[in-house]
Amino acid sequence: MDFAFSADQEELRAAARRLLADRLPDERIHSAADAPDETFVDPTLWAELVGLGWVGLSTPDGGGTFLDEAVLIEEAGYALLPAPLLSSVVCLPALAGLADATARTALAWAEPRGPRTFAAAHAVTSTATVDGEAWLVQGSKCDVADLGCAERAVVLAMTPGGPALFRVPVEPGAARLQPTTDGTRRIGVLSLANVPADLLADAEASPALMTAMRRRAEAAIALESVGVAQRMLETAAEHAKQREQFGRLIGTYQAVSHHVADMYVRTELARSLAYRAAWCVATSESEPDAVTTQEVDVACAAAKAAATEAAVFAAEGAIQVLGGIGMTWEHVAHRFYKRALANEVFAGSPAEHRATVATALLGATR
Amino acid sequence: MDFRDTPEEAAFRAELRAWFAANLPAGWAERTPTAGLEDPEFSRAWSAKLFAAGYAGITWPKAYGGLALPPTYQGIYLEESARHDAPGHIGVIGLGMAGPTIMAWGSEQQKARYLSPLLSGQEVWCQGFSEPGAGSDLAGARTRAELDGDEWVVNGQKVWSSYAHIADHCILVVRTDPTVERHRGLSYLLVDMKLPGVDVRPLRQITGDPEFNEIYFTDVRVPRDSMLGAPGEGWSVAMTTLLHERGTLGFALTARFEALLGRLVDTVRATRPDGVRPADDPLVRDRVAALAIDLEALRFTNYRALTALVRTGQPGPEGSVAKLHWSEANQRLTKLAQDVLGPAGRIDGPDAWWGGFWAYQQLRSRGNTIEAGTSEVLRNIIAERVVGLPRSR
Repeated sequence: MDFAFSADQEELRAAARRLLADRLPDERIHSAADAPDETFVDPTLWAELVGLGWVGLSTPDGGGTFLDEAVLIEEAGYALLPAPLLSSVVCLPALAGLADATARTALAWAEPRGPRTFAAAHAVTSTATVDGEAWLVQGSKCDVADLGCAERAVVLAMTPGGPALFRVPVEPGAARLQPTTDGTRRIGVLSLANVPADLLADAEASPALMTAMRRRAEAAIALESVGVAQRMLETAAEHAKQREQFGRLIGTYQAVSHHVADMYVRTELARSLAYRAAWCVATSESEPDAVTTQEVDVACAAAKAAATEAAVFAAEGAIQVLGGIGMTWEHVAHRFYKRALANEVFAGSPAEHRATVATALLGATR
Repeated sequence: MDFRDTPEEAAFRAELRAWFAANLPAGWAERTPTAGLEDPEFSRAWSAKLFAAGYAGITWPKAYGGLALPPTYQGIYLEESARHDAPGHIGVIGLGMAGPTIMAWGSEQQKARYLSPLLSGQEVWCQGFSEPGAGSDLAGARTRAELDGDEWVVNGQKVWSSYAHIADHCILVVRTDPTVERHRGLSYLLVDMKLPGVDVRPLRQITGDPEFNEIYFTDVRVPRDSMLGAPGEGWSVAMTTLLHERGTLGFALTARFEALLGRLVDTVRATRPDGVRPADDPLVRDRVAALAIDLEALRFTNYRALTALVRTGQPGPEGSVAKLHWSEANQRLTKLAQDVLGPAGRIDGPDAWWGGFWAYQQLRSRGNTIEAGTSEVLRNIIAERVVGLPRSR
């Protein structure tokens, strides 16, 4: 039993912390979040991440595993990275063997009048038809995270044999971004009107890939949430160490310090669950026989439920400790809070994930 | 990062499973839980078995009957013990507090005298730290010890002392110098509970059981060489005790929580006399799942702490995190069990569900946020020593 990241992974973490702190000062987070859709993408930063080899780490060429990506995603949460690292990492299982695994990719499975959670993904209403040699996809996808900076999307569409995975280019006219509270991750609707598509996996192979992507999505959002929670904990602690009221530092008041202690506890417990889920995902990919399906699914569900709630708890705590300044548009806390809120409901709510855990423990309801 | 057992760890786990299967009383797994304290004679006999097999002191030096294995093996033992719902060792205070403190501060003579009988369960220890006027604030202890010839003469009162009614020895914090600043006037004695002048009076708890006691010391004459550390070093010695209390506690508490969660699952899956099966209620399912997630969070936080301990030799802050979270989760778990039983959960005596097991557990759980560091003290520790906030006092 060994529950720590390797020395190399800790070095990767330190490098990511340094780089992202330099590239994403508070002003940059604000300007990215408030940028119009057309200028939201920062191709320079993405090119930098690709150049460092941090995109596609778990592909055969990348030489890493999901555990290495886990470190980066946590740091992306800590820095509130406005780039599609998370979605690109989630999509990798479907892109195996493709040359351009470093292109900015979004995952589109949810539909306005179809499935909204991974669990319901098989009930997809988009369709794919063969036209001569080529596949054409038609339908509408919603809740497409990172659509605002994606060059292409992985979509699930119904074929005569069942749901299958395709890759489509994201054409300017096809993507309609929806203004959301979390401006640092642009989501939107992808309309596909007979768009030529590459078949990534047929109906037989797609369910296993969807499972792999669901697990990655749940673990990755948990990891990102740990990063958000840690940043908010530090924000609250720093403020409590400097701010004076009634002639004393507010951190000396236990009404304040115990609140911060609770933020620390929730963050650490979430961290344990998120790291455990990351190991389960990495191991399920490298040595499928070493972990059971239920073990991985429960670890991912538990981590997603607890870590997203911990991030919301920490961000709300930070806003409370900051006082009035925490309520302003000027302070960066609301950007983290909005990401935390978005992550909580994305890819299944905490209650839905707890239902998964309950079924594993109690069996189905009668 | 790898959660799997190494081949050596897997072999140890297999050996433990075989040992539990061979040594637990017949029908142990199928027994109905009961309310109340374990019978001390049963606990002593079980402790002797654990000692004979080497499992009482897995991380202890071989010289005192231990196995001298890394802490990971202690974690495996506690996991397997929880999965078999096995009884614990009677020496809760001895193994977790007195023993490690004697190992750190004791003379060779003291180690040779006390450690083996402590490990075998032949001698039971209790703790004399808290006083009516000094609970969380240990530095306010007023029990006096004055040197008279070759003996310390002890006078005073201790309280909340579990096992004192069956204990052979007490780790006792006393004031030996009332003239100096609070912490510096304290000393640490190892006191024979059979000495004249030691009077143990049981205190009945919220559960109805006399689990803990008051201890009165009236002119108790303790040999001069029964001190751990030098006069005036009592505060430092006591901090060693408390560090160990919180350092090793996480695993033991998590193991108990896992066993209790298993009982909760049995309870909610049972059909009540009114035909209701609580496991079909989505609100109950959500609460059970939240507790299962609490368990996993505690378990893997312990693993992280253990890895840090093995790698650095220093226990991290996770011990305080685990104790704080466990205590509140255990209160939620036992309350949920009582909630799903409905009015039947309030019945006491022979008609009660499992002999009143859940009523007892739920009432007992209120002490979890008080004993071994109140939640308020633990939050202070986390805020000040871990997060680095300024001191509140």
